[in-house]
Amino acid sequence: MRWRETAVPLAIFLALAAAPFLGFGQGHSLTLLARAMIFGMAAISLSLIVGGAGLISLGHAAMLGVGAYAVVVLDHARITEAWMVIPIAIAASAAFAAVTGAIAIRTSGVHFIMITLAFGQMAFFATSSLAIYGGDDGYTLYSRTELFGSRALEGRLFFHFTCLALLILCWGLVQALLLSRFGRVLRAISENETRARAVGFEPYRYRLVAYAIAGAIGGLAGVLLANGTEFVAPAYLTWQRSGDLLFMVILGGTAGPHGALMGALAFILIEEWLAHLTEHWRLIFGPLLILCVYFLRGGIAGLPRRG
Amino acid sequence: MNATLLFVQALNGLQFGILLFLIAAGLTLVFGVMDFINLAHGVQYMVGAYLGATLAAWTGSFWLGLLLTLPATLGFGLLLEFLVFRHFYDRDHLSQVLATFGVILFLNEGVRVVFGTAPLQMPMPELLSGGVTVMDGLLYPTYRIAILAVGLATAGLLWFLVERTRAGMLVRAGASNAPMVSALGVDIRRLFMLVFGFGAMLAGFAGALATPILSVEPGMGDTPLILAFVVIVIGGIGSIRGAFLGALLVGLVETLGRGLMPDLMRLVMDPSAARQTGAALASMLVYIVMAAILTFRPAGLFPARR
Repeated sequence: MRWRETAVPLAIFLALAAAPFLGFGQGHSLTLLARAMIFGMAAISLSLIVGGAGLISLGHAAMLGVGAYAVVVLDHARITEAWMVIPIAIAASAAFAAVTGAIAIRTSGVHFIMITLAFGQMAFFATSSLAIYGGDDGYTLYSRTELFGSRALEGRLFFHFTCLALLILCWGLVQALLLSRFGRVLRAISENETRARAVGFEPYRYRLVAYAIAGAIGGLAGVLLANGTEFVAPAYLTWQRSGDLLFMVILGGTAGPHGALMGALAFILIEEWLAHLTEHWRLIFGPLLILCVYFLRGGIAGLPRRG
Repeated sequence: MNATLLFVQALNGLQFGILLFLIAAGLTLVFGVMDFINLAHGVQYMVGAYLGATLAAWTGSFWLGLLLTLPATLGFGLLLEFLVFRHFYDRDHLSQVLATFGVILFLNEGVRVVFGTAPLQMPMPELLSGGVTVMDGLLYPTYRIAILAVGLATAGLLWFLVERTRAGMLVRAGASNAPMVSALGVDIRRLFMLVFGFGAMLAGFAGALATPILSVEPGMGDTPLILAFVVIVIGGIGSIRGAFLGALLVGLVETLGRGLMPDLMRLVMDPSAARQTGAALASMLVYIVMAAILTFRPAGLFPARR
């Protein structure tokens, strides 16, 4: 099955690269595709925690939020150069992940779910009370992040390919991490912690590093999210958003980043389609989620294997 | 802030804590006995509030409405258990989280469709609409005191049920070793169903009880749900006593923090900055307290004996 782990993502990347020239070059389609790719990155980072480390985080939206709010804080200080913004945003979200992770990873199982949820809420309330950055109402960016002083990211097509390039980068990074010694130790720990400990691996350190890396990638997705909409609000950090991200990972399958990628794309497309059908699309989406979880045990990535 | 105001805030905090306890008790029992993580517990609180408001409007009496809410929310909880939850008892926590998340999406939207987005306002029941003089020149709303009393009575009843009755004994036995209880001839599925319905009823009762002092709106259960999670994590999962003390602690910290933090900050910074940082810190305070407690006691303050 190994070939599918690379063949499927490659096909998706090719399709995404070709999409603007195959009739999806309109404003709305491009916005939708960018959104799908950004959430693809976020879901891939979450899959490193869920699939790799075996920890269920219900606070991952906070990572995106910290990245997005880093853009806001820098924008407010009139710093919009990408080579400043992106490293700072990544560092901020990685630091947030490291600090909250240092406490959360002391626990596991249900405790971990609840604690990540609580930290996510903490970040949500913290951003809601930042009155200089708009509080609850959010903050409209003065401009998108600049690349060496140029406004290249304002171009829709350029932004599309920037998202795609970063998505490929993140997928490659997570895939490489999971195949490396680090990734194998991580999986060994999640499969049998006692045995991994007995062999001499300290689970805490490996999990924390994975959590911080996932936070960093989540922060990068947050930067793109802020740039895509040119607007940042605490609504990006709601715990429902974390639930959506978790659903993307499960929908696609936890076997690797390719699953998360497929899950995120499927999620965004289903959401878009249902929202077109009815204003109350969540009435359909909720039961759909339950059915997916019930029937699709291996996610989309595991589908053909069952047949 | 003077002593009177501090006293009022402390009372408010205790009353909020009691409401949280009613929610957290069901959550911790369901988790303790069934090892089932139910995110949809918060929407059961919301459904209780809506049912309470509707039934009160139908019958024309708040009290009759409150009374009828009990069987209504019990039935609703059992229906949910039958339709969704029982199919996920054997699954991992991840599936349970997502399935119950789906229930939240559905019910929050369903309530929006049926009742609209605008918050419902419930009138205070006549009998308790006044105030009680708790101190010289300090009038405290009777209804809030009634909530305190009712909540404490419920807590007592719950303690009695769990510690002193046969059903409670089975619940405790189920919490420490469910397969063994099942092997001894107890219908564990029925026990699960009962615990589930009872937890839903408690949450619904808390919702109906809160209707006169909170606005009833879609999504109103999400914040209490997360605070209830904090409560049971602080108190120790599966422990009723832990949930009770945790809920009071969270209620007090949350309420007093909002009142005191801006004033405390004013000691070290100028007023406008103090108001902002104070508000930000106050909303984070509960989570900071939780993090601190977990750093020293990862299993919570009163872990259930296993």
